[in-house]
Amino acid sequence: MKRMKGVSVPHLKSTADSAPTYMTDLDIAIYPMTQHIGAPATPVRQKGDTVCVGTLLAKGTGTVSSPIYSGVSGTVEKIEEVLLSSGNYVPAVFIKPDGAMTPDPGLAPVQLTDTKSFVEAVRESGVVGLGGAGFPTGVKLDVGDPCRIQEIVINGAECEPYITSDTRTMLDRSQDILEGIHLLQKYLGAKKIIIGVEKNKPQCIRAMKQIAGSGGGVVVKELPSIYPQGAEKVLIYHTTGKVVPEGGLPIDVGVIVLNCTTLATIARYIRTGMPLVDKCVTVDGSAVANPQNVIVPIGATLQAVFDFCGGFKSQPGKVLYGGPMMGVSVPDLHMPVLKQTNALLALDVRDAAPVDATNCIRCGRCTNICPIGLAPVSIAVAYGSGSMEALQKVHANLCMECGCCSYVCPAKRPLVQQNKLAKAALAAWHKQKSKK
Amino acid sequence: MDQKLQITVSPHIRSSITTGGIMLDVVIALLPALAAAVWLFGARALYITAICVLACVLSELIFQLITKRTPSIGDLSAVVTGMLLAFNLPVSILEWQAIVGSVVAIVIVKQLFGGIGCNFANPAITARIVLLLSFSQSMTYWTKPAGFSSGDLISSATPLALAAQGTEKLPPLFDLAIGKHAGCMGETCALALLIGGVYLLIRRVITWHTPVAFIGTVFLISFFAGDFSLETALYQILSGGLMLGAFFMATDYATSPPTGWGKLLFGIGCGVITVAIRLWGTYPEGVSFAILIMNILTPYITKLCARKVFGAVRAEKVQKT
Ligand code: SF4
Ligand code: SF4
Repeated sequence: MKRMKGVSVPHLKSTADSAPTYMTDLDIAIYPMTQHIGAPATPVRQKGDTVCVGTLLAKGTGTVSSPIYSGVSGTVEKIEEVLLSSGNYVPAVFIKPDGAMTPDPGLAPVQLTDTKSFVEAVRESGVVGLGGAGFPTGVKLDVGDPCRIQEIVINGAECEPYITSDTRTMLDRSQDILEGIHLLQKYLGAKKIIIGVEKNKPQCIRAMKQIAGSGGGVVVKELPSIYPQGAEKVLIYHTTGKVVPEGGLPIDVGVIVLNCTTLATIARYIRTGMPLVDKCVTVDGSAVANPQNVIVPIGATLQAVFDFCGGFKSQPGKVLYGGPMMGVSVPDLHMPVLKQTNALLALDVRDAAPVDATNCIRCGRCTNICPIGLAPVSIAVAYGSGSMEALQKVHANLCMECGCCSYVCPAKRPLVQQNKLAKAALAAWHKQKSKK
Repeated sequence: MDQKLQITVSPHIRSSITTGGIMLDVVIALLPALAAAVWLFGARALYITAICVLACVLSELIFQLITKRTPSIGDLSAVVTGMLLAFNLPVSILEWQAIVGSVVAIVIVKQLFGGIGCNFANPAITARIVLLLSFSQSMTYWTKPAGFSSGDLISSATPLALAAQGTEKLPPLFDLAIGKHAGCMGETCALALLIGGVYLLIRRVITWHTPVAFIGTVFLISFFAGDFSLETALYQILSGGLMLGAFFMATDYATSPPTGWGKLLFGIGCGVITVAIRLWGTYPEGVSFAILIMNILTPYITKLCARKVFGAVRAEKVQKT
């Protein structure tokens, strides 16, 4: 089997041995109604309501959506629009914490009877793709006939530099993962479960092999330490050998991918009734005083999390949600930790210094490195020409924005930026065409 | 806290490879050949190289200043062009002719097409050919290396010209490998060029595809066309500008295909044309012409050898869904 290409990025996973500490002291918790792909959730609380940890704040709207729960106990201060890193304003529930972190007394273990009730429970758990994508997991598992599922791939690749929150899940919560596996076997009839872990995490491979050894149908697959192993298409190919076709979903080839933290959170919900309310977040980067893993209540502001980690030891030039390859830079630190936040990075001014792009020297590095086999140079030409047919021909839509091409480019061209624009233009064109 | 946080699109880290770094590696890789040229042809080799480099850098700077573009001489690509051009000239070339060559390479072939990366043909090669056609006399006035005969530089025929004439007195293979024969000043010492080429491979500035395909093709065809004589084949790959061309000119990024298969095809094409010109053409040396012709074919090869897109569905199908 031919390996998909990628780049060797620096691992920088210095926090891998940092068992997470709990952060409980918050001044304010903010819950934007969009923390997932799909329709925004609808708030069910009003100003002045008291809430506990695990109390429903907003329910999912329509099929593709996800409910949102409070990560703190306290009172609803206001519901107000906030700016998200996507550039959109969305309503958000603000909660003034009382500091007690009282769990909601109504929480109870979830009773499961069949596949339907399991999928429903996953929906209700508020869990979304915790690896960063944010697609509601309940929607993903709702595949109609569970017989379509041939393999379930558990993503423990964690290929981005710095991030070790999934590493900690695999080390500290392997029992949750095992419980999750049993649920998948029982309610989705999963015959084959493959846990994919990058080779640079031998402790995780050991932990996963241990749980795989305790029952049949589970294998651990060691993946090469080449970014991006965690990207869905790459992961599926390297664990099952299957190719997800253009425009198709993994389930079209009988595969479902779940992040390991996603699975552990689902298991905890079924066992205790505690929905998704907190996240293990890797706080790192050259500007952070004490890089570490922290279990943060969702809703905490970035400022609070960085303060918890000793603040900044140097002036941050750029702050990111997620890793340095695909993470999103934020305009200010009042933004909250979201469901899919797995890392917060603060790069100091030097590391964040903007790079100037120069002429493309047509060295072909981008083309040769792209995991998907795209040619960013050709996408640039097609996008420049304005012809959507040409953009479709070079498959600009297939770019997964992994960042490998920009990373290797000696001329420091903003290739991912260009590809994003090209994808957006192409998507708009397809939409318009289908309307006609 | 001061809220001046940068907002940029991912990725937020970049590799340490830069255009200038790549060009610096090429310059380093050319140094053994430069040393060899000085050893073989005397200090004038260094002098001509300096003139070409200076002329290339200055013409790039002046052109960019006049056209109000951002000067990019810091990326060292003009230095590389100047060195390569000098290596492709006989040591006896007149200064002004070397300068004309440099201006042609930088202004006409490179900058008028938009600068680095936008040229369709290799600047140094095109300039060499322009000079060859305009000043054929001084461009083919070959001098024997100083270490070969004692004293003054004297006129001599290149080994390929000797071979084409069917002369018996070919220099021995060893002399050929270390460059003790007439020719352009940077192309004669195959050994020094090979060292530079290996350096480029180790530094991953180039891949093996082009040089192996190019040299291999020349070797194989010469072997079969030369009545299975190993000596003829070795003779062909060690003489002329083959090593210089295969490692330094045919691997030029902008004018060769990006993918491995493309590079192989490109190299094979260069090899076939080189041998064809050497054996059956009127010019005894075919490397420059071969590379130029393949430069022109590069866009087609690039298309032909594009990578397979993972999971791609053909365009008609996508539109249906
Ligand atoms: S890596 Fe950069 S310089 Fe090289 S071909 Fe791609 S865009 Fe051009
Ligand atoms: S073109 Fe897209 S998929 Fe390919 S390397 Fe660049 S960002 Fe990744």
